[in-house]
Amino acid sequence: MPDTVPFAPPDKPDKGPPTPRDRLLPGALRLDRLTLQVAGKTLVDIEKLELEPRSVTVVMGPNGAGKSLFLRLVHGLIPPSSGWVSWGEVACGEATRSTQAMVFQKPVLLRRSVAANLDFVLRRRAGSRAERRARRDELLARVGLAGQAEQPARLLSGGEQQRLALARALATLPKVLLLDEPTASLDPASVQMIEQIVLAASAEDTKVIFVTHDVGQARRLADDVAFLHHGRLIEHRPAAIFFTSPASEAVDAYLAGRIVL
Amino acid sequence: MTMKPAVLGAALLSSLAAAASAEAPSILVQSTTSTQNSGFYDYILPIYKSETGVTVNVVAVGTGQAIKNAQNCDADVLLVHARAAEEKFVDGGFGVARSNLMYNDFVIVGPAADPAGIDGGSDAVAALRTIAEKKALFASRGDDSGTNKAELRLWDEAGVDTKSASGGWYRATGSGMGATLNASVGMGAYTISDRATWISFGNKGDYRITVEGDPVLFNQYGIILVNPEKCPSVKADLGQHFIDWLTSPQGQELIDDFKLDGKQLFFANANR
Amino acid sequence: MQDFSAAFGLAFGLIASGDADLFEIVGLSMRVSLTALLLSCLIGFPIGALLVVRKFFGRGIVIALVNSMMGFPPVVIGLLVYLALSRAGPLGWLGLLYSPAAMIIAQTLLIAPIVAALSRQVLEALQAEYDEQFRSLGVSRGSAMLALIVDGRYGLVTVALAGFGRAVAEVGAVIIVGGNIEHLTRVMTTAIALETSKGDLGMALALGIILMSIAVSVNLGASALRAIAERQAYA
Repeated sequence: MPDTVPFAPPDKPDKGPPTPRDRLLPGALRLDRLTLQVAGKTLVDIEKLELEPRSVTVVMGPNGAGKSLFLRLVHGLIPPSSGWVSWGEVACGEATRSTQAMVFQKPVLLRRSVAANLDFVLRRRAGSRAERRARRDELLARVGLAGQAEQPARLLSGGEQQRLALARALATLPKVLLLDEPTASLDPASVQMIEQIVLAASAEDTKVIFVTHDVGQARRLADDVAFLHHGRLIEHRPAAIFFTSPASEAVDAYLAGRIVL
Repeated sequence: MTMKPAVLGAALLSSLAAAASAEAPSILVQSTTSTQNSGFYDYILPIYKSETGVTVNVVAVGTGQAIKNAQNCDADVLLVHARAAEEKFVDGGFGVARSNLMYNDFVIVGPAADPAGIDGGSDAVAALRTIAEKKALFASRGDDSGTNKAELRLWDEAGVDTKSASGGWYRATGSGMGATLNASVGMGAYTISDRATWISFGNKGDYRITVEGDPVLFNQYGIILVNPEKCPSVKADLGQHFIDWLTSPQGQELIDDFKLDGKQLFFANANR
Repeated sequence: MQDFSAAFGLAFGLIASGDADLFEIVGLSMRVSLTALLLSCLIGFPIGALLVVRKFFGRGIVIALVNSMMGFPPVVIGLLVYLALSRAGPLGWLGLLYSPAAMIIAQTLLIAPIVAALSRQVLEALQAEYDEQFRSLGVSRGSAMLALIVDGRYGLVTVALAGFGRAVAEVGAVIIVGGNIEHLTRVMTTAIALETSKGDLGMALALGIILMSIAVSVNLGASALRAIAERQAYA
């Protein structure tokens, strides 16, 4: 059984304690007996997990823990072998996915200019051409790419590419933002910018699920932490408690920088 | 998005169709490779066009295919050289009437080495029999053309069974006169050609005429208007005008005047 | 037998003298084959993209079918188009036989399957890269197809080239449905066939040299385009 305690968000003034209505918000994740088997091997097996609709949940765990698969399962990109995922009481599927945006570890950018990459998403939103252009410029400014709108997107540096991917995710006005190790091997300036943008989005009530294995980053971002190991949920606890008094040997070892087997 | 290609395509096709039909008056003649390869049409059609403004489009295939195409109504006029087949075409109601237009003759051509030893002869049937006896290579059109029909008739008279020899010394190329001449020169085979194509042929190598002047080698060209009752698309007036022009004294004179290297290629004999 | 240098000389002489007949023939070849290519791309690209985007039942069979249609003999296609467009055929009323339109139809039928099959292969790799991101963004199938075609544009240029090469070099189909009529449906390949059968091998070779030069320059142009694309990381 995963070692979880009732959720109590850390002291962030803008988020009050959870109310019963919160479970109806689109960011409230519930999953039950979720498993994923591929070729007879169980890669994900999570008995139960509930996430608050407005917090930043950081998912941690050693390589191969199933973090990326977990993210794809709750986003609905891959169907589970068994079990059940819902967001705000709505079963996970196309409807829930349309209110979410995902940023992949390796950004997938269109073979077009930076601006065209945003236009690709903005085009399908309501509003006049001028409004969409204003929105595009605003997003580019927000991720520090205002001066590079006409450049080929795939000639940007790794950090710039990931910032553009994040801007594109935000262009969809997501209720839930899913990030799969977005800053792995990026320059510090880009890491900082991405973290700031993510926190700003969270402050605007976007639910964030952020996969990382950078402990420092987890400390900077997390309201609560879910720790996965061998596809199982080992702990899910508020960040303050998670980092100060790990309840499992695996988390203890991981936080101390030892190899987790 | 899904509609666009279809609409564009339809627009393109219809504009092309319009362009094709909106052109100046024209008629379509199904004819033989021998008349085209000899340059006859390049000579006579510009004259006709300058006099009448009518463009004559010629499709040059074997006589057999030309007749079949005309039976499918894909022609206004038929100009071929296989009298029996032409008369059958008219009797079947596909053509209005047949008239003689011009003639030349067939010749047997072969390599200078003359492996069958028939050079200088004037008996075509005997020469073919010799070729068969010596199993010297012979290239046939094998394409149901007028020349091919004439050649098969000669083998028949010679009493030679070419079917059993096919693939051996008898080689049916299944192609036009020029292509068959190319093949003959390439493999050192005898072949039968109409004289006009032979004279204008540009790849003779060491080939020459070995047998000529036999009355059985006579090669008559006929001209027929495709029957507008069978084929409503036929431009009967324009087609008939072209026929009348070719068979008129003026047209006949022009045919006789067509010469290559000083040699007359066709002999006008309309209404004879 | 004429030698090659003489044929080259004749080819350059024809071009330099601005031989009107030659330019008419080259122009018609280009018009027919480029129009057929345009139609084939309008048909083939969406089919290729559809086969990549939609994993429908029987997709494997459709792909095998399209792939095998790549090897269809041009003569057979020419014959089918002849039978359809002949006055005695079902589409005879259009009066298209022995016209450039008939040649365009035949060449389109010939190369549309090639364009569809090759564009499927080109877009398959792109789809593997984009699929998850597109599903995450909730991109509709139609938009995904369009995006694949737009983003695969430089790969698709190569596909179009293959189709164009096959169309412009083809003789079997166009000679049946076009009839090789002078000043109307005579194109490079049928002119080469005619000159060869006239035994005028030098002229045939000269026309062949011109045809090959056109093919080479078109390919060089496409390579240049591709080089630009690669510099922009668009390829």
